[in-house]
Amino acid sequence: MAEISKDQVKHVAHLARLAISDEEVEKMTNQLGAIIKYAELLNELDTDQVEPTTHVLDLKNVMRKDEPRKWINKEDALKNAPDHKGGQFRVPSILE
Amino acid sequence: MSLFDYKLSELQDKLHNKEITVSDLVNESYTRINEVDGDVKAFLTLNEEAAKAKAKELDGQAPSQSLFGLPIGVKDNIVTKGLRTTCASQFLSNFNDPLYDATVVQKLTEANAINIGKLNMDEFAMGSSNENSSYFATRNPWNTDYVPGGSSGGSAAAVAAGEVFFSIGSDTGGSIRQPAAFCGVVGLKPTYGLVSRFGLVAFASSLDQIGPVTRTVEDNAHLLQVLAGHDKMDATSANVDVPNYKGALNQGVNGLRIAVPSEYLGEGVNPEVKEAVLQALKVYEDLGATWEEVSLPHSRYAVAAYYLLSSSEASANLARFDGVRYGVRSEKAENMIDMFKLSRSEGFGEEVKRRIMLGTFALSSGYYDAYYKKAQKVRTLIKNDFEKVFENYDIVIGPTTPTPAFKVGEKIDDPLTMYANDILTIPVNLAGVPGMSIPCGFSSEGLPIGLQLIGKHFDESTIFRVANAFEQATEFHKKKPVLGGVK
Repeated sequence: MAEISKDQVKHVAHLARLAISDEEVEKMTNQLGAIIKYAELLNELDTDQVEPTTHVLDLKNVMRKDEPRKWINKEDALKNAPDHKGGQFRVPSILE
Repeated sequence: MSLFDYKLSELQDKLHNKEITVSDLVNESYTRINEVDGDVKAFLTLNEEAAKAKAKELDGQAPSQSLFGLPIGVKDNIVTKGLRTTCASQFLSNFNDPLYDATVVQKLTEANAINIGKLNMDEFAMGSSNENSSYFATRNPWNTDYVPGGSSGGSAAAVAAGEVFFSIGSDTGGSIRQPAAFCGVVGLKPTYGLVSRFGLVAFASSLDQIGPVTRTVEDNAHLLQVLAGHDKMDATSANVDVPNYKGALNQGVNGLRIAVPSEYLGEGVNPEVKEAVLQALKVYEDLGATWEEVSLPHSRYAVAAYYLLSSSEASANLARFDGVRYGVRSEKAENMIDMFKLSRSEGFGEEVKRRIMLGTFALSSGYYDAYYKKAQKVRTLIKNDFEKVFENYDIVIGPTTPTPAFKVGEKIDDPLTMYANDILTIPVNLAGVPGMSIPCGFSSEGLPIGLQLIGKHFDESTIFRVANAFEQATEFHKKKPVLGGVK
């Protein structure tokens, strides 16, 4: 299977929304490479006929009525935010 | 003797007979924390003012609820209303005011337990040694040069050091059982779905489970009785009847069939650990149980499957940490994407970033089938291994960890070696079955060794019964670490 390259590490970091330094790219490439290589151990197993397990319990979809319920108020929702103004979360501008 | 050396039922009697008050207990807890926590470093946040006020309030009441007045500690990835919850991450260093209590915290409060404070852990529960806490590393009370285990290291160390009566941890790949083994206490990872995960900051949702850490098996059963049960706030909570765990404790093990996986006593398992487990099996033989060697043939694939699956789930769960609604935000960002990236990079520690990267890679286009889906299929094989063994046996027994606690700094730069430490606990999470660690011996260096008991889905009762029989027949749980005095 795949060898992980520095460019791939940079691409994955972008997908994961992580800013990583050149030094970190180097380290991550080596460490992820080693972990992924180790994971290739799984290829020893023939799993063509095996069903994947996502959850161990025999889960059924849990449904409830779509109706308004009391949860938190606006003030509470904002109180742990690093920046807010006028009852809304404030973030850097997304339009030029 | 500290009040924390008594069993829960004994303390309840003392409260009932007015030999002690709730304030006595709470004060003793903080006194002990002042004495030893400078060395142990189990606590991230103390709840002293509120706990003492609550104690005063309870002093005037007759002890009725099941955990009345008992001091507890809560792992810092379980949210507590109005009490700082950080997951041992810089990202949440300012999360001082969570808006609600986790369901387990609500249940403990209703049972009138008293929350002494929040316990240290590996950041976002990722780690096997507590060295990944972004604040400071908790130390093993038996020898502070050694790690307490992870990620519920604070939860296990606080109980072992006698700072709280019991604590709550979470276990994704062994994070309750491994530190329980390293610190010589009783730690249970219940069946997946038995205890609500509502209010537990998710690491890997299909594997995470909250569970109790205690001094004795009886206390553990008592505590699980409070924690277990269906919760409509958790869509993966199991809707099953909760049995009477304490009622199961004294049923003995005569005629019980024990399976011992050969993979759990093979290469890589320290000879002292192996010997302690074999001695424990002798104890069970003397009590009338029988044991046989079995095979869990897919065990050697569990660690690889686990790291792919847990990291994939973590990468999705941790996507919510964006610096918008809570947590820290980078000062340097000029645009929105940069704000996400810089905030996350400054807020998350190295291990967390490594796992987010691994998970994002395993889920990315072109690699999903080869890594993520492959690991899910291997998970099925591991689950089938257990099901097959349980057709013929009542319980699976082996070591909790391949070695006793290792030294601080010994493995931190080598993620793969560190991951291998969880080799005996991880299969249990992948299969969703319950597992417990109890003390079963000491190494020549005086460090505790843990015995792991694994049961069928929702059969915690058998685990309690088998664990209690061992505890009654042996003295390991009575030995206490020497801290604060002799060094």
